[in-house]
Amino acid sequence: MEQFLQQVVNGISLGSIYALIALGYTMVYGIINLINFAHGDVYMIGAYIGFAAITYAKLGFFPALVITMILCAILGVVIERVAYKPLRNSTRIAVLITAIGVSLLLEYVMMFFVGAEVRSYPKVLSGEVFHLVGVVINIQQIYIVVTAIALMILLQFIVHKTKIGKAMRAVSVDQDAAQLMGIKVDSTISYTFAIGSAFAGAAGVLVGIYYNSIDPLMGIMPGLKAFIAAVFGGIGSIPGAMIGGLSIGIMETLVSGYGNSMYRDAAVFAFLIIILILKPTGLLGKNTREKV
Amino acid sequence: MKALTKKNLLILGAILLTFTVVQGLISVGIINKFYEITIAMICINIILAVSLNLVTGFTGQFSLGHAGFMSIGAYFGAVINLQMESTGGFLLGIFAGALAATLVGILIGIPTLRLKGDYLAIATLGMAEIIRVVFLNLDITNGAAGLSGIPRYTNWLWLCFFTVATVLLINNFIKSSYGRACISIREDEIAAESMGINTTKYKVMAFAIGAFFAGIAGALHSSYFYFIRPDIFGFLKSIDILIIVVLGGMGSITGSILAAILLAVLTTYLQAFTAVRMIIYALLLVVIMIFRPQGIMGTKEISDLFKSKKKDERIG
Repeated sequence: MEQFLQQVVNGISLGSIYALIALGYTMVYGIINLINFAHGDVYMIGAYIGFAAITYAKLGFFPALVITMILCAILGVVIERVAYKPLRNSTRIAVLITAIGVSLLLEYVMMFFVGAEVRSYPKVLSGEVFHLVGVVINIQQIYIVVTAIALMILLQFIVHKTKIGKAMRAVSVDQDAAQLMGIKVDSTISYTFAIGSAFAGAAGVLVGIYYNSIDPLMGIMPGLKAFIAAVFGGIGSIPGAMIGGLSIGIMETLVSGYGNSMYRDAAVFAFLIIILILKPTGLLGKNTREKV
Repeated sequence: MKALTKKNLLILGAILLTFTVVQGLISVGIINKFYEITIAMICINIILAVSLNLVTGFTGQFSLGHAGFMSIGAYFGAVINLQMESTGGFLLGIFAGALAATLVGILIGIPTLRLKGDYLAIATLGMAEIIRVVFLNLDITNGAAGLSGIPRYTNWLWLCFFTVATVLLINNFIKSSYGRACISIREDEIAAESMGINTTKYKVMAFAIGAFFAGIAGALHSSYFYFIRPDIFGFLKSIDILIIVVLGGMGSITGSILAAILLAVLTTYLQAFTAVRMIIYALLLVVIMIFRPQGIMGTKEISDLFKSKKKDERIG
């Protein structure tokens, strides 16, 4: 029982990170129907920016987090403007291939500049440990969960209470109609990318602190898993991404805790295929009918 | 005989000529070991790209898991070849690998091919990842260390034979009524369905044939490069194959062949700089999609280019 609780605690902290990345996927998918493959790499670059901010600029955790989020937001907007905007009216496969290209580009440009080796993250938080009913919780996990929850509340506020959020929701329902109502579709899409990328950057810093190591290809797997989380929760749905992220995180830690940790990636992908076959719209997704 | 038309004889002659010239250059030593590797890479990539083109370019089913099928062929080929060190074992390995890949392709294709577009891409990616993890954990595949010391029976003769066979068979498939059904699915799935085409059947068929040839390519790969490990057949390998198809043009076999040659030459020259090579690949993908999304050839074949010229002359 204690081991189970311990795995669940680890799963929640890992799942919060997945949920943060999944939010970006789900927002972008909701608004322009694109699996932004480069999202996982924005997260990787976020981890490196955080690394630089802490190591070279000697900043603390929160300033590093804020700087990372701002820079990643800019990066997200640049990617959207340069790579995706010219393809607004092309086929979905063309955009998807572009996204894969951007993803590879970010990975290998980064590898070219910082080298392929794994770096260890600076210790910015104390290694304090709490014991709670036999479960070990360290201070990093608390920071991760608290930061993730704070950011999600912020996102809910932006989406539901601000003008930008209203515009985003309108564009995701019907792009043309939104444009006719005087909403600037292009800048709304840019805002979506900015917010999604900022969240991915935050997740990058958190994962660096949690796992203590970063490398240029670290974004591929978490990116895919976060996408699976978004699909599980119902793509396009923000609460769905949170639930999906937590579920995937907990599932992964349980598989590695009780079964074979080598099979944990396979388990997540098998889970994806099962969801796609049984309930492709996910937990909270909307059912859309295809029209001829 | 109908098969002995002027055009077919010309193609046969061209193939035999290419084969003898390259074989001659190899035995004289003008093509050294280094260039031989490039040639092997070109042939294997042509098989992979043409078979992926059948799935992605002609049938319109976006697959990101081609390397998974390749790895099945590679492991079957390697395991059988290590047991039976003879040309017979080599050929048996190739066919066992190809059949196993086909079987997996059918098993995975039936449920996943109901999905469309991006979802299918992710599902196939997941499938390839599961295959990789399985190979990583089996005893017979020796886990992450991989299998080494695989006897080399792949030579220019077999490479040429399998490449030509793949291209001809897939070309004939596309020109048959089955192939036209596949193309109609790409053009408009709903319209195809309402014309009475069993879309699931043709999608699975294309997927299985693609898997079959990917299996052959994998077995050739394992036998040529002596050693394999699961990491070789990861996500990046699938992307590598996809880049060839996209660059050549989705829906053009000759385009895939051209792109496979072009990229293999590029890879040979950039061997020492992996990061730079990948940056160029990535830029290629983005730039092609923005400025020429149909790739080098679009859906045309090289022979079409000559045809249209002749027509123009006639009109003129």
